[in-house]
Amino acid sequence: MEFIDRIFSTQSLFWFLSFLTILSALMVVTSKSPVYSVLYLILTFFCLSGHYIILNAQFLAFVNIIVYAGAIMVLFLFVIMFLNMKEDEAETSPTLIRTLATGTAIVLGVTLVLAFSTVKVAAFNPMAFDSQVGMVKNLGSVLFREYLLPFELASVLFLIAMVGAVMLGRREAGDRHF
Amino acid sequence: MDTASWIIKALIIVGVFAVTLLIATYSTLAERKIAGFMQDRLGPDRAGPFGVFQPLADAVKMFFKEDFIPAQANKWLFIAGPCLSMLTALMTSAVIPFGDTIRYEEQTIAVQGVELNVGILYVFGIVSLGVYGLMIGGWASNNKFSLLGAVRAASQNISYEIALGLSIIAIIMSAGSLSLRDIVNQQHGFAWNIFYQPVGFIIFVTCAFAECNRTPFDLPECETELVGGYHTEYSSMKLGFYLFSEYINMFISSLVVSTLYLGGFNYPGMDWVYAKLTALAGDTTGHNLATLIGFLALFFKGLFGVFFFMWVRWTVPRFRFDQLMDLGWKALFPLAILNIFFTGAGEMLGYHGFTWIIVGIMTILAATNAVKAPPRKMYPADV
Amino acid sequence: MEKMHLPSDFLPIFIQLGLALGFIITTMLVTHSIGPKRNSKLKDEAFECGIPAEGDARTPISVKYFLIAILFVLFDVEVIFMYPWAVNFKSLGWAGFVEMLLFMGLLLAGFYYVIRKGVLKWE
Repeated sequence: MEFIDRIFSTQSLFWFLSFLTILSALMVVTSKSPVYSVLYLILTFFCLSGHYIILNAQFLAFVNIIVYAGAIMVLFLFVIMFLNMKEDEAETSPTLIRTLATGTAIVLGVTLVLAFSTVKVAAFNPMAFDSQVGMVKNLGSVLFREYLLPFELASVLFLIAMVGAVMLGRREAGDRHF
Repeated sequence: MDTASWIIKALIIVGVFAVTLLIATYSTLAERKIAGFMQDRLGPDRAGPFGVFQPLADAVKMFFKEDFIPAQANKWLFIAGPCLSMLTALMTSAVIPFGDTIRYEEQTIAVQGVELNVGILYVFGIVSLGVYGLMIGGWASNNKFSLLGAVRAASQNISYEIALGLSIIAIIMSAGSLSLRDIVNQQHGFAWNIFYQPVGFIIFVTCAFAECNRTPFDLPECETELVGGYHTEYSSMKLGFYLFSEYINMFISSLVVSTLYLGGFNYPGMDWVYAKLTALAGDTTGHNLATLIGFLALFFKGLFGVFFFMWVRWTVPRFRFDQLMDLGWKALFPLAILNIFFTGAGEMLGYHGFTWIIVGIMTILAATNAVKAPPRKMYPADV
Repeated sequence: MEKMHLPSDFLPIFIQLGLALGFIITTMLVTHSIGPKRNSKLKDEAFECGIPAEGDARTPISVKYFLIAILFVLFDVEVIFMYPWAVNFKSLGWAGFVEMLLFMGLLLAGFYYVIRKGVLKWE
């Protein structure tokens, strides 16, 4: 029993999940076929959900799976699977993309390091910590009382997104339908 | 948890797993027998008495068939497709409360794989992942029929997921919890949700049919248009996985419908039975026996659900694709929103069965439509 | 005191996952090893009802399907927003009901726009 306890201890689970998250995130970037990239991205989201569960944010964990792994990734897969990707590959020069990507990565990395070194994490008191703060009930009462305006603004955002999607998907003459 | 309760938990999960597989296996026989009955023929009757060994024979045949991978297919994704379908089908049963509790040496253990605070979201999450198996399998085959089947399956599944999610919300509003066990416990005795949420029940069942790709929503595998749909290129046990996962999904979704709307393991007169049993066999044994009866109640509700799936299959013809999309987006979606509105207003005013108003209005509308409709033209062939 | 919900609630899922994966992998291995293997050029080709296959199956499809997928993402997020509201429905009272009506009203306006634009019309 002690053995099982050690395997399922939060610490070892955290390290295992982190390892898996970073590994699958690296695979997203390095895989040749975009379809594999999307599949690894789904795996990454699962690992992130695992982290949410360890943090006892159960609602967030499943929202992450439903919205990201279940909805947005379906959209990605739709686009990648059913568009012809092969012919477009040679159009942009790989060296240019690589230089730009390296530059962006360096800027982002420096920003992150600076941000993390200056930020002060609020003092954590394990005695006063409420482990149930991430449950749906508490989340909902905070969302619909204190963060009401952002919530209502989100619906305006959805409306705009819908209009944008309709505009983008306007049919053109000679479109194929099947 | 200590070792004993872990072992009991593991036994419950293994038992549920085995029962699910067994039911799914025999659903294939039941489907053919029911089809035979409805079409006035015998159905399979050669393997054993009344054909009871037919599923075994099918399984053996599936295993010994050639495991064929087409040359132009993407090999690993081709294998991954049916495996993902099967995995998502097998994972859902973990959160369904199969019975009340078992008492064992001072402990009470819930007859349920995992009791989650967010049980419904778990089901919803797994359902939303179910589409990957079909999409990956259909795309990896590199066949036009498979591709079309996969596109159809994916857009059908995602369209009906919205109405599915919305129809559950009405139940959560009155239950105030996302835990499946809480929802079941609130339907104690005969206070089943179907009596308060008739519209939600109909929407949920319709969406369950669509999510299982069952007739009348089986367009992804529409033979007349798409040969076999997304599994055109599949053979052997990989094809078997696709077909088998459909039967597992049928059983599991019947169980979910029973849990949400038909009272789960509750049945009328359960308190009386419980009192009698505890008086007869003592507190612990009586409690466990009552749990067993509750489990059987849920089990038979699930089996009836599977029968209902088959009944519909041999009664209702298949939709056309535009009809399917119209039903999902233009009928079920607004109806689900209306259902939420009426449920909310009813709960606020203190009336439970407020959504019956929708049923009433829709019946009146249907009746007036039927009266106003022009008389049916008789064609010479009909006369 | 309400019941505590902890990450350890999720541990039995690993048993289920292990069982499911074990079943799938065993079945796949067995069926791979015991079936016959006979290949030929004709058999390796894509199934096309007897007509020679015309081109690759990786063809672009109608943009309608993408629009459906985008709309699905939007409405799915909306549904997700409604879950915490539904759980707290009774404690939020009339105020919460009106809030959600406003939210749904805006979304239904978008939905009406989408329908009027004929995005959901199939031919």
